[in-house]
Parts: sequence; C-alpha cells; structure tokens
Amino acid sequence: MLKIKNLHASIDGKEILKGLNLEVNPGEVHAIMGPNGAGKSTLASVLAGREEYEITEGTVDFEGADLLEMATEDRAREGLFLAFQYPVEIPGVSNVNFLRTALNEIREYRGEPAISAKDFMALVKEKSAIVELDAKLASRSVNEGFSGGEKKRNEIFQMAMLDPKLAILDETDSGLDIDALRIVANGVNKLKSDKNATIVITHYQRLLDYIVPDFVHVLYNGQIVKSGPKELALELEEKGYDWIKAEFAH
Amino acid sequence: MQTIEKESAASVNWQLKGTFLLNPELRQKALEVLEHTPFPTTKTEAWKYTRVAKIKNSNLAIQENPVTLTGNFGLSTESIQYVFINGHFSETLSSKTYPDGLKIGALSQMDDAEVRVMGGNVLLDGEVFSSINTAYATDGLYVHVSAKMQIEPVIEIIQINTDQHMLSNLRHVLVAEAFSEVKFVQRSISVNGSDNFTNVISEIHIGKNAKLTMDKLQEENETCFQISTELVNQHQDSNFTINTVTLNGLLVRNNLTIEVDGQNCETHLNGAYILNGNQHVDNHTVVDHKVANCESNELYKGVIDGKATAVFNGKVYVRKDAQKINAFQSNANVLLSDDATINSKPELEIYADDVKCSHGSTTGQLDEEAVFYLRARGLSEASARQLMVGAFIEDVIQKIENEAVTDRIHEILKERFNWVIE
Repeated sequence: MLKIKNLHASIDGKEILKGLNLEVNPGEVHAIMGPNGAGKSTLASVLAGREEYEITEGTVDFEGADLLEMATEDRAREGLFLAFQYPVEIPGVSNVNFLRTALNEIREYRGEPAISAKDFMALVKEKSAIVELDAKLASRSVNEGFSGGEKKRNEIFQMAMLDPKLAILDETDSGLDIDALRIVANGVNKLKSDKNATIVITHYQRLLDYIVPDFVHVLYNGQIVKSGPKELALELEEKGYDWIKAEFAH
Repeated sequence: MQTIEKESAASVNWQLKGTFLLNPELRQKALEVLEHTPFPTTKTEAWKYTRVAKIKNSNLAIQENPVTLTGNFGLSTESIQYVFINGHFSETLSSKTYPDGLKIGALSQMDDAEVRVMGGNVLLDGEVFSSINTAYATDGLYVHVSAKMQIEPVIEIIQINTDQHMLSNLRHVLVAEAFSEVKFVQRSISVNGSDNFTNVISEIHIGKNAKLTMDKLQEENETCFQISTELVNQHQDSNFTINTVTLNGLLVRNNLTIEVDGQNCETHLNGAYILNGNQHVDNHTVVDHKVANCESNELYKGVIDGKATAVFNGKVYVRKDAQKINAFQSNANVLLSDDATINSKPELEIYADDVKCSHGSTTGQLDEEAVFYLRARGLSEASARQLMVGAFIEDVIQKIENEAVTDRIHEILKERFNWVIE
C-alpha cells in the first residue's frame, strides 16, 4: 500500500529525514516511535503534503501512484488521512458542512455520485457514535472551543466519515486523559479492517496498549534505525531512548 | 502674486437639466455651496482614502424624462415595492396597494406644500455631494408610519440605474412614529446600466419606542458609482438596525450618521463588503450618543481581493452627561491578495465618565494552517478558502432577518464570487 524508499526531506535548508524506508501493507498497524526531534512529525507532514518541506531524495509510492507528486487534497481523495497532532480551530465553518463538502469532492474525484442529505446525516450519526462524539459537537464550528480530548475524538470521527485506506495518527495520544485515550483508541480499532492500514506516531508506549501494532519502528535522526514486534515498544518504554541514541549516535 | 482659484464643484462638466423637487430656497443654498466648494480631495480628512476624481471627471447627465423598463425587480412578492429608474419614480413597476397606517408615495406625486417642508435637515456647507443631491434631486420616497402601527410587509426601495453616464439624485424621507414598526430594503441595481452615478440621501426619523430596520444591498454594475447617505434620528426607547451589504460597484461610499437623541435606545450597525477587481468601498459611520442609557453595536466585516480597496471609518461620540452608554465597534478584514488594501480607522470620542465602550480592528489573511487542514480532508484549495471566507462574512449576513435579502446575497456570492455558503 505504502512504500517509502530512501526519503530525504528538509525544512529551511535543514535536513530532517535522512533516508527513511518503510513499507506498509493492507491490514497492518505500524507504530513509529522515537525521541523528540527524530523526525516523526516531519514524516507525517511530508506524507500529508505540507509544502514547507522540501523533498531532496527518495520516493513514496501509495497504491501504485507517486504520492509526492500529488496535491494535499488529492492524497486525501486517494485515501490518505492524517489525524493532526494539533487539530485546527476554524471559526464559523461547521464540522458537518465541511465534511459533506469534503466527502462530495472525494466522491466526485472518484467518479461517484454525491451523497444525499439523508444518507449523510445517517452517516454522521453512525460515525459519531464510534468515538462517542455528541451530535451537537459534530455540527459545531470545526474544533472551536473543543477540549483537547474532543478535538482528538473529532479527528477520529472525521477519519470514520472519510473511511481512508491509510490513516496516519500523529501523536493522537498527546494531551489525552486515560478515558479519552480509550475512546479514541476504541474508535481506531473499530475502523480497522484487512483492507486499510494505520500508522501510529507516538512518543509514548501507552497508546499502544490500546491500539496494538503489528510492527514497531524506532525513528532516530531521520531514519528508521530499528524495527520489531509490539514488544519493542515495551522495551523502549522501559529503557527510554538513551540506548538508541547511544547505539546510533554519529 | 497670483492665486489660483480652486475649481468649484459648480464648474463640473455635467448636464444638469431637469425638474427638481426640493424647496427653491434650499436649492438656492445648495447651489451657492457648490459655487464656492471644490470636490473633496484626499487632503479632506473625511475623504482621505477615497478619490472622487473619477466621478468628477465623468460626463454625467441627469435623466430629464422618466424612462420605463419591464420586469420584476423586487426580492419578494410579499413586499411593498417602490421603484426608481435613473432617479425617477416608476409608477408601473411600483406597488399600488399598501396596508392601513402607512402613508407612502414618491415625492414627485405629492403636493408641493408637503415636499416644501422636507430636506432641510441635511448639512450642506462644505458637503458637495449632499448639495448636489439637494439641488438636483428628481425624486425619492416618502414613508410615514402612523403611531402604534406595525407594518408587516417589508418596504423595498429599488433604485435602478440604466443606460450610461446617468446621474441619479434621490432623496428619501422615512418617518416611523411612536410605537410603530417598519422594515425596509434599499437595493441598488443596474439594469443594462454602466458608468452611472447614484447619489442618494435618506432622512430617517424614528419616534419614541419605534423600531425601524433597513437592509441596504448594493449590487450595481462594477463600473458604477454610488454615494449613499443616511441621516438617522432616534427618539427615546427606539430601536434602529441598519445592515449595509456591498457586493458590487466601482466606487461606493456610505455615510451613515445616527443621532441618538433619546434615552434607552438600541442601535445596530452591521456591514459586509466583498470586493474584487478595482472596486473601492468606503464605509463612514457616526453614532452620536447625545444622552444617557443607550446601547450601540457595530460590526463591519470585509473580504478584499484583487486590487480592491476598502475603507472603514467608524466614529462613536459619547457626549458629556451621556452616562451608562454601552458602545461596541468592531471592524474585521481578510485580504485575499497582495494588492488588496484596507484602511481601517475605528474612533471613539468619549466625554462622559461612566460608559462601557470598546472598539477594535483586525486585518489579516486566511489562516493557512486551517486551509491545509481542510485540504488534508479532501477539499480543494479553492473550496477551503471559499468556505473560510464564507464563514467569516456569514457572521454579518446572519444578522439580517429578511430571508429574501440573505437569499439574494448568497445568490450574488455564488454568481459573482463563486462562493457557496451553506
């Protein structure tokens, strides 16, 4: 589904990703862990198409197409979803209205007919239940006045609405209390199928108790330096990142 | 040494023949003002950011004899409609029936004696456009709502310009007596018209405990000029709302002056302007709190694209002894292009010591992080931007209660700016 080969990316002339390789197949959950500044959020940003990053080398193949050549919206339309670390508040733009526009533009891109108002509202009802998001919250302005937990639940609600092939969760656990974490993780697990895949980017192992990964990768200094089964996350939690730093420091 | 006489407004190269309405003495006074007053320049404080040379140098002419058009120009079939074409009342396009408690008609259809007493409240000294209007007004609407009458249908004043280089001077007088209620729409449109200039003054009197609402919708052709002046006088316990929405026109200037003369009044001023191309829209507002215990709210929002320029100058006076005034004023702007300009100047002048007043002005671009967020959910960049500016301006539009007006606004936003607002 996703093949990242030798990816180099920099911002303001500073190289952050230094030859990253990763392959994700349908049905898989990958966790990417690493210390602060390793390049975790850069990876998420580059995959979603943030224009401030410059790709200097490498390729990203998504379902047989060159992801790096696509505009941000086309990546979303092809089935990529990024759950933001810091979801943006957009005053006056209603959550459901924008989602209907998004859904219909995605459908148009795929040559499908627009969703009817009735079907859309049924979908909102069904999907908001997955993350226990109040229907009122769903129709309010995007993230405006939402608590940290509500914002993250709203991200997963949107993910449920858009039904992506590949979801990237960027530090979705940050700032969540244990109840909110459980709700968000349950939501992600309910959306899991053998056709879609998830990349969970996190600093802490805690989230991985709820979203159990098939693979854990350690990102350090712009590269994936270690990969292993879910137990690797526990090892990192126990030992911290210092041993990685010691092992791979240049 | 030789002194160069400044060019007086009277020397303008316009064709100013016709039959004029107002009191001859008043007209004479206005003509005298024009003899010795030049057009304002950017050195004139009130016109600092708005150049009127384009108007001055146009070869404008007054429509001497009424012209006719066919069509339906109202926004709602429920409303009472009064249509003026190039400054002249169009009887055929206007409503024939109206409810009890309402005296309504074109000035040109009224007795001279009745018209003679009108128009004297407008300041002429130094005011070129008000003087032009006073000297050359060809028609206007007179509305008198009797005390305690609630007028259910909206009164639509439809100002049409047609043909080219036409100058329309309209003078409306709107009176709502004590405890009455009335709603207006003043809409300016072009029907096969371009390069025209509409110069309109509305005198509005709101009696004790009366409520008057005015929705102004400016959607003339992008080559047209408009100067629109409202002089409003509020008596005690009255409620006045004016919503000014400017969606087209080459140069549009709104002068809104509200004198709050009685206690316990409410005053609401909302404005939205959406500009593109070379448009220039200037909103000047004055709220003059002369007495205590009143509230005024002002919210103006603009979206400016292309090489367009907007001006906002909002002044609130709180006179000495006008205690317990709550006055709020806000102007917010979004600039969509590097060549778009806004000159925003909110002003408070307070001479009382127990008041609650605030003002603010913000200007910015769209939040790019929000645009990215929406795109990351599958919206095209254009949709994302449109959705955001739409939400920004909708804040003002939703204050308009008349659905026929908001429907029309959304229609124009779709046609002219390609926005779709839910």
